[in-house]
Amino acid sequence: MALSKVWVYAEAEGGTPLSATLELLTKAREIGDTVEAVFVGADADAVAAKLGEYGAAKVYAADPGQTLTGVVAAAAIAKLVEEHQPDLILFAQSYDGRDAIARLSVKLDRPVLTNGMSVGVEGDNVTVGTAIFGGNLLVDTTFRSEKPYLAAIRPKSFAAEPGGAGAAEVVKVEGFDAGRAAEATVRDRHVEEREGPKLEDATVVVSGGRGIGAPENYEPLVEELAKLLKGASGASRAIVDAGWVPYAKQVGQTGKTVKPRVYIALGISGATQHMVGMKGSDNIIAVNKDGEAPIFSIADLGIVGDVHKVVPKIIEALKARS
Amino acid sequence: MNVVVCVKQIPDPATPGSLDSDNTLKREGKLILDESDSFGVEMALQLVDKAGGGEVTLVSMAPNNEVSGLRTALAMGAHKAILVSDDALAGTDALGTAKVLAKAVERAGDVDLVIAATESTDGYTGTVPPQIAERLGWPSLTYARKVEIGDGKVTIERQTEAGYDVVDASLPAVVSVTAGVVEPRYPSFKGIMAAKNKPVDQVTVGDLGLSPDDVGWKGARQEITKVEPAPARQAGEKIEDDGESFQRIVQYLENLKII
Ligand SMILES: Cc1cc2nc3c(=O)[nH]c(=O)nc-3n(C[C@H](O)[C@H](O)[C@H](O)COP(=O)(O)OP(=O)(O)OC[C@H]3O[C@@H](n4cnc5c(N)ncnc54)[C@H](O)[C@@H]3O)c2cc1C
Ligand SMILES: Cc1cc2nc3c(=O)[nH]c(=O)nc-3n(C[C@H](O)[C@H](O)[C@H](O)COP(=O)(O)OP(=O)(O)OC[C@H]3O[C@@H](n4cnc5c(N)ncnc54)[C@H](O)[C@@H]3O)c2cc1C
Repeated sequence: MALSKVWVYAEAEGGTPLSATLELLTKAREIGDTVEAVFVGADADAVAAKLGEYGAAKVYAADPGQTLTGVVAAAAIAKLVEEHQPDLILFAQSYDGRDAIARLSVKLDRPVLTNGMSVGVEGDNVTVGTAIFGGNLLVDTTFRSEKPYLAAIRPKSFAAEPGGAGAAEVVKVEGFDAGRAAEATVRDRHVEEREGPKLEDATVVVSGGRGIGAPENYEPLVEELAKLLKGASGASRAIVDAGWVPYAKQVGQTGKTVKPRVYIALGISGATQHMVGMKGSDNIIAVNKDGEAPIFSIADLGIVGDVHKVVPKIIEALKARS
Repeated sequence: MNVVVCVKQIPDPATPGSLDSDNTLKREGKLILDESDSFGVEMALQLVDKAGGGEVTLVSMAPNNEVSGLRTALAMGAHKAILVSDDALAGTDALGTAKVLAKAVERAGDVDLVIAATESTDGYTGTVPPQIAERLGWPSLTYARKVEIGDGKVTIERQTEAGYDVVDASLPAVVSVTAGVVEPRYPSFKGIMAAKNKPVDQVTVGDLGLSPDDVGWKGARQEITKVEPAPARQAGEKIEDDGESFQRIVQYLENLKII
């Protein structure tokens, strides 16, 4: 049984839809007869082709100007809901996604289910699955409210697969008012340099934890290995909180979920809050000098050893091959 | 300048969590100040200090008239607190929590700024701060890694995927702060003693003018329909480094055609 209309709040970076958005569209196709997207940004025409390819028949688009995107999204969607009555609206558990779903929930007076990792539909019942206690317990929660149901889904919960349709039709949305909330104005954007693939899109992720010993070891051990494997570098919260690396690199419950083909954990103990963000990886390799470290309980290949001895040798071997 | 800080009191995250018979998080026993909120408390104290006067008021919703976490924040220097505690609140969801906290902010009186953490440690929906703002009809500036006040405006550095954005709005407004925005102070002995006598205004759902239907399970309009242990991932091979173990990693990557 499918829902008749599922919407996806679409996000993009520089005219390219986020992978999280394409994942939600793929899921929406599976559970909804009609799939449509709402996009708030300057370049709706640029994103419409890709959104269509992943299943959106229409893109309702609003230009936020300098206003905070999620604020405009909530006001625009609230207006659209009245006219079009979707059954379910999916958001990514992202910065703007959270702003949008939160404000919308108040406007519509609907509850939100958040941190979703699965969505199930049975008749009119829509259930969102999450993992709590560091991923050790799976909890299903079913909406008992009026529609539309509002759910925020963690990126990487679904695979993104194109459905082969043409560009989505762009429908401009106007005539809504976000009130004083619209005062939140973006004055300036700072984009930090990033080399190589994004953490959440990389085939290989090499992460460092407190066991690397000092901030100056991150570059020669973690980043160097990641670069040689054409992967991305990540981190445990311990070294993010210590200020060794920026928050954007954090993997885990309060950071990113990653599902690469290979995840390499260097000097990471394997706290449940870390493992929940990486245990969906296809292959896990861990290097830790403590043979009892919990990370070994999920590692396909575990090396009980010192990262300062093992990692430079891997790097040397890889360099010798290229 | 008057600042309200939302502080959640939670079960100690260092001890393993468990669920109650109604499948909500067990919240019996002593609750502590969510560490995420210690950053907001510190931020508020610094902003009021810089403004040359004003008060920091805490608002919290917690079961069993819990004040332990509030006392910690009062010991850091906050002036007073409003605590909403009511049996009707069991099962309250994020939206219901925001309805309660927005009313508590109104009760605090003349408020220029509300600070919350970007997400709590135990529930981490991350939706409560903008929900409070929408209830109040105020702007919300979220995921702040830096906060400044001046000329009736609040300006933040808002964390983004790519870096950060500079965002501003006029006051009053709601700001959510990330961990690390400031370094929280440790309560001094003097602070801890003083906190014992600071006023905590204890109120119920009715006192705030909300109906019991807005909160609790009834207001949440969601039902936990299944709880089961996650399938465990199997451990593979574990070997002691003998100086040559790096070759096993190289070979493993080779087998996967990563290299
Ligand atoms: C609500 C909440 C949310 C959290 N969210 C996250 C999250 O999103 N992500 C996250 O990562 N954490 C998170 N944490 C923190 C988590 O509980 C751990 O504290 C953290 O993951 C530990 O990081 P670590 O493994 O780097 O450090 P540690 O636990 O200190 O482990 C360091 C490891 O390095 C090993 N080691 C030391 N020296 C060497 C060496 N020379 N060679 C090899 N190994 C060595 C040690 O044996 C040890 O196992 C969260 C915690 C809470 C309470
Ligand atoms: C594992 C788990 C999952 C949950 N999932 C959902 C869900 O999907 N949807 C849902 O509606 N509810 C959910 N809940 C319930 C929700 O956590 C509670 O309703 C809670 O009261 C508010 O949400 P939060 O802690 O997630 O807020 P967040 O939005 O994560 O909190 C951000 C900040 O708001 C402030 N704040 C939040 N609560 C309080 C408080 N009680 N007192 C003072 N300040 C506060 C704090 O500054 C906090 O750091 C969940 C609870 C748990 C334990």
